[in-house]
Amino acid sequence: MSLKVNLSFNGGMELLFNNLKQKTVEIPASMNNSNPTTMKDLIRWIRDNLLQERPELFVSGETVRPGILVLINDADWELEGELNYEVKEADDIVFISTLHGG
Amino acid sequence: MSRLCVICKEERASVKRPKTGEKLCRNCFYHIFETEVHCTITDNKLFKSGDRVAIAASGGKDSTVLAHVMKTLNDRYDYGLDLFLLSVDEGITGYRDDSLETVKRNQQQYNLPLKIVSYSELYGWTMDEIVKEVGLKNNCTFCGVFRRQALDRGAVMLNIDHIVTGHNADDIAETVLMNILRGDIARLERCTEICTTGDGRIRRSKPFKYAYEKEIVMYAYFKKLDYFSTECVYSPNSYRGHARAFLKDLEAIRPSAIIDIIYSGEAFQIKQDVKLPTQGAESWIAERKIHGEMPENIATMLHFDQLQIEEGSRKNESDKDKKREEGEEKGEKNEW
Repeated sequence: MSLKVNLSFNGGMELLFNNLKQKTVEIPASMNNSNPTTMKDLIRWIRDNLLQERPELFVSGETVRPGILVLINDADWELEGELNYEVKEADDIVFISTLHGG
Repeated sequence: MSRLCVICKEERASVKRPKTGEKLCRNCFYHIFETEVHCTITDNKLFKSGDRVAIAASGGKDSTVLAHVMKTLNDRYDYGLDLFLLSVDEGITGYRDDSLETVKRNQQQYNLPLKIVSYSELYGWTMDEIVKEVGLKNNCTFCGVFRRQALDRGAVMLNIDHIVTGHNADDIAETVLMNILRGDIARLERCTEICTTGDGRIRRSKPFKYAYEKEIVMYAYFKKLDYFSTECVYSPNSYRGHARAFLKDLEAIRPSAIIDIIYSGEAFQIKQDVKLPTQGAESWIAERKIHGEMPENIATMLHFDQLQIEEGSRKNESDKDKKREEGEEKGEKNEW
């Protein structure tokens, strides 16, 4: 079983992904035993499969580095349960760095 | 569904406001964000009708949102301001040339007159050439001092009364922290001021003083504003980088930390009878020698002055003194 999700990297985030701004990826529907894939799993998956350089600028522990905004289907992920959100088919997930430029 | 906007109670919430924890839909978020900036402007009586106001525009998120919001508020509340975009071209290939393209698009999108002043035109040097000459050690200090002056000069050319910059709450909280970490009490007192007046005429202010970076970025994202987000090729100021990372860690635990730090900075006052070291260039140098960091700055600055003299630049002595004094303002975040 797998899920297709649309990822976007904005605000300078794309620089860590070889200038990749958007990509639809296929991820396992379950990564942690038989539990549904959560944002926590997805972030680890992105780090291991897509990230090109300097993982410390993307992840901090199990979550994204403070200062990176995450939107799930155009809503602040803080409204969606953050790391515990269960990823669904065709979700749009956006990572925006706020740490670049003024 | 429990995810309704706490204000209109109709639309689905899209943003959790860091300052208050409120869950808001997009339209209520826009309204609250803009109204807060409006209140910041009116409570502090930043402008008067007929003012010619330049928005310091770098093409980055803060100044792009500032241009959008200033234009919106000027129309909505009839401030009666003449708005301009004022940009500085430092001459940094692969960075400023691209961001200026963004500013040129903003000029069209917002229908505001744009003036670009360049280091090469004002000083006879580009940042690329300066870095070639002085290396990457203190280039950001230079660039900050020069940019400040360049903005003033551009403002004079446009007969501007007031320059607004995109410094946001996060930037100001960072500066408070940095001034504390450096023991720089004089700047600590000044750095939270919303409006300052340089040498007499042109006022400078920060309408986003209380606006969180998260809100600015969310606003830009939802409104699909066109901004440029590449780090300067000459690398960021690492000391500020640490302060920033620390602040973001604090914000993750307690979002009010940013506004709380600004309030602490504002509340910080030195008793009238406490004498601070004088702020002349000499004492500044003497004072900095203690720390062992700044003399290189001074040496590089003097070196650069020397180069300019040798180049037969049109700068005179009083200009140089002014530049050194302005160097003291460098407590402020370099980006706009």
